[in-house]
Amino acid sequence: MLDLTYETPKPKVIAGATGDWELVIGLEVHAQVASKAKLFSGASTQFGAEPNSNVAFVDAAMPGMLPVINEFCVAQAVRTGLGLQAEINLVSAFDRKNYFYPDLPQGYQISQLYHPIVGEGEVLVSMAPGVARKVRIERIHLEQDAGKSIHDMDPHMSFVDLNRTGVALMEIVSRPDIRGPEEAAAYVVKLRQILRYLGTCDGNMQNGNLRADVNVSVCRPGDYEKYQETQDFSHLGTRCEIKNMNSMRFIQQAIEYEARRQIAILEDGGAIDQETRLYDPDKGETRSMRSKEEAHDYRYFPCPDLLPLEIEQAWVDDIEASLPELPDAKLVRFVADYGMTEYDAGVLTADVESAAYFEEVARGRDGKLAANWVINELFGRLKKEDHDITESPVTAAQLGQIIDLISADTISGKIAKDVFEITYTTGRDPEEVVENEGMKQVTDTGAIEAAVDQVIADNPAQVEKAKENPKLAGWFVGQVMKATGGKANPKAVNQLVAQKLGL
Amino acid sequence: MADLNALTIADARDMLRAGEVTSKELTEACLRASEAASVLNAVVHPTPDLALSQAAEADKRLATGDAPDLCGIPLGIKDLFCTKGIPSQAASGILEGFRPEYESTVTAQLFNAGAVMTGKLNMDEFAMGSSNETSVYGNVTNPWRRSNDDTALTPGGSSGGSAAAVAADLCLGATGTDTGGSIRQPAAFAGITGIKPTYGRVSRWGIIAFASSLDQAGPMTKSVRDAAIMLEAMCGHDPKDSTSADLPVPNFESMLTGDIKGKTIGIPKEYRMDGMPDEIEALWAEGRAMLEDAGARIVDISLPHTKYALPAYYVVAPAEASSNLARYDGVRYGHRAKLAQGDGITEMYEKTRAEGFGDEVKRRVMIGTYVLSAGFYDAYYNRARRVRALIKKDFEDVFSAGVDAILTPATPSAAFALEQEFDDPVQMYLNDIFTVTVNLAGLPGVAVPAGLDLSGLPLGLQLIGKPWEEGELLNFAHVLEERAGFVAKPTKWW
Repeated sequence: MLDLTYETPKPKVIAGATGDWELVIGLEVHAQVASKAKLFSGASTQFGAEPNSNVAFVDAAMPGMLPVINEFCVAQAVRTGLGLQAEINLVSAFDRKNYFYPDLPQGYQISQLYHPIVGEGEVLVSMAPGVARKVRIERIHLEQDAGKSIHDMDPHMSFVDLNRTGVALMEIVSRPDIRGPEEAAAYVVKLRQILRYLGTCDGNMQNGNLRADVNVSVCRPGDYEKYQETQDFSHLGTRCEIKNMNSMRFIQQAIEYEARRQIAILEDGGAIDQETRLYDPDKGETRSMRSKEEAHDYRYFPCPDLLPLEIEQAWVDDIEASLPELPDAKLVRFVADYGMTEYDAGVLTADVESAAYFEEVARGRDGKLAANWVINELFGRLKKEDHDITESPVTAAQLGQIIDLISADTISGKIAKDVFEITYTTGRDPEEVVENEGMKQVTDTGAIEAAVDQVIADNPAQVEKAKENPKLAGWFVGQVMKATGGKANPKAVNQLVAQKLGL
Repeated sequence: MADLNALTIADARDMLRAGEVTSKELTEACLRASEAASVLNAVVHPTPDLALSQAAEADKRLATGDAPDLCGIPLGIKDLFCTKGIPSQAASGILEGFRPEYESTVTAQLFNAGAVMTGKLNMDEFAMGSSNETSVYGNVTNPWRRSNDDTALTPGGSSGGSAAAVAADLCLGATGTDTGGSIRQPAAFAGITGIKPTYGRVSRWGIIAFASSLDQAGPMTKSVRDAAIMLEAMCGHDPKDSTSADLPVPNFESMLTGDIKGKTIGIPKEYRMDGMPDEIEALWAEGRAMLEDAGARIVDISLPHTKYALPAYYVVAPAEASSNLARYDGVRYGHRAKLAQGDGITEMYEKTRAEGFGDEVKRRVMIGTYVLSAGFYDAYYNRARRVRALIKKDFEDVFSAGVDAILTPATPSAAFALEQEFDDPVQMYLNDIFTVTVNLAGLPGVAVPAGLDLSGLPLGLQLIGKPWEEGELLNFAHVLEERAGFVAKPTKWW
């Protein structure tokens, strides 16, 4: 396989009053497992259902109810692990994380602290063509989501919706390998892309199906390298965790703010308290959520209702065999097979639907031309209406027809754009549009010649000027194109104009 | 004919099948006996209407000539089992008014087999206690009294209501649960048989949890044969309980051959405790002689980690309980405290739990919370887990050396007076000294009445079996029962 080699991006540097500072960032991404049923109950995971309608007895923690693991969710976690080139642990175990909250009916969350199902992996985060950060994944574990507490519906009461309670989450924990706000956002984008390729998480951040806790610390240039050599965290600064971020933009803003806040404290001779913070996007600042004193003691211990989870290598192998081509491999193949730039390949492989659409358009056609049309015309037009590729009114077959019509010189590139617009708005097939709307290119030189002659005859003064200044030939070409309704073959018009003007 | 409610399950079954009695008659006899025994406080939620309708169904089924062993048999159900539409509150104020929308797997299996439920039985709150005095319904009184005085005695706990109900013939058999001895100790105190099966044998689904890795349900009956019959109906793989074992359930009754020739019984020296009453010592020796007389080989064995069992148990069980009981928060069901103006969620939790839980439950929740806390986890919980593994290995070693079962006393004493130990938790916890090892190791254990003490109170012996060998274990118990010839019943005073 062709491989692309990458340079490591430069870490973000913030100049302080006492010198430069660098950022060190690690993320815990909570990805809702794409599954119709919850992690330990058969209740539905459907989003937007009536409050408290997707609740099994075990989700409501009724007395005597017991959790039973959903095999599909386990398979999804394994699939994710394999997609991140991670080690799969054939034996893992569930633990209880204990705390009181009304949207946590059991009084504990079942999670995997001591023995996660997925171990070390990695994600390559591209920052620019030829520049990428390798982010190590420490672990992925399965856990239950909590429900939703609603405090703003009534002045005196709080409401609880348990629909989300017990939905399966994968917590994907990175090493502190991310070195700037842009990298952090790019990492989440890349993770989301891989999860969507794998079909293990829909990545819908608005619905909260993908959210991140961001750990931020600052250090002096050189310190991070010492940490890398020794894996000794004492070379790094004290970190703060910013909870529950569900937008790429806010992730970047929060990190930027948090880093500057920490630097200001350190430069004032203060020390950073390790704490949990929340980002307020309205004020653009992070604020303390719980201090160390208020930190929960979660009293983790092995969940006695569940035996250790044992899976077989053969089962893992079957899942591995069913993995789709992943973004990195697809990008490399697009560059190699279609001769496109890494940038274009990156755009086309951003999601699996775009890549599939492109490949259907490109099949048996000029790959570069196909890439151009998909990226510039189609994506541009879709973006205007805030649609994604799955909502495209132009099918891949129709876009293919347009390219075929151009290649066969049946229409010019300019007319093709008009045809595209008609197809986009009406859904009519391009071949039919060109036929019935009389948009075929005029290649009959006799007709073009007549048009050229007419324009020359009508504009004697311009002809004289053009003889002095050959650049004016373009004006004649334009007039001829206008006279022929844009259907004249531009090449033929150019030739004839030059010839007739004696240029 | 003896009172119908005094029949064993096996005899009642045979008579039902022979048409000599109907389930209706049996059920009515038990309901009458229960009503007359309210002073024992064993039945806390009588279900006469349900019982009579189940009995009518059972009689129809019996008439077809194709009815399971338990068809038509009146049983009492410990309050820890969730029974659909019937109060199920683990003898706790926090589950006040709770009627589940679901039926526990065990009771569902019993009902499918045609069993009749006469009522829910008293117990220690959340199964935490050894004297049935922690119940929100008040204590149960043991139907047994000393021959020379009228002191009210404990039936033991936590399945004290079950033990008293069976001993006083308020039902033919009862369900119990056993986390550290809660079936075997009360069975011994009430002169009946009680078996805690191998962990995973009986589904825990629908049984209100105390300590999930130790809890196991089992039958409490008037004979070993009855225990075999009832256990078979309670056992079986349940996909709704991840810790339930997917193993076939043998016909336990058919394994009661009485033949134990050539089998090896181990006598663990660590169970001979300082200050153990002579009567217990003597009973143990008699049991040993009886089994030897029946052709078993008796060997002295060592279970070296026994002395760490009780402390380990009182770390593991409260730890799990503190987490299992977190759900009783007043948010969704059961008791919720009346709140004052301005009270928030924290006050709601605190007041609800302060009002809803009794002292023993609070004590264990606090112990459990403490041993799981940051900084103490390794010293307590992890250490207890290691002890547990060692205790399990002790048993594995003797079984792999050829021992088929282990004989020990069931309890360190006969039934004691109510209130005698109630204010001394440590003394109370010592009641479990012979039984907790079995829960920690997940093994089956059975208590069989084997004699009376000088004051006329029943004493029990415990047999501990190999995992999944309940059939063989019951056969040993059956031999002990036959040889001991224990037929005493409490003199009716209520």
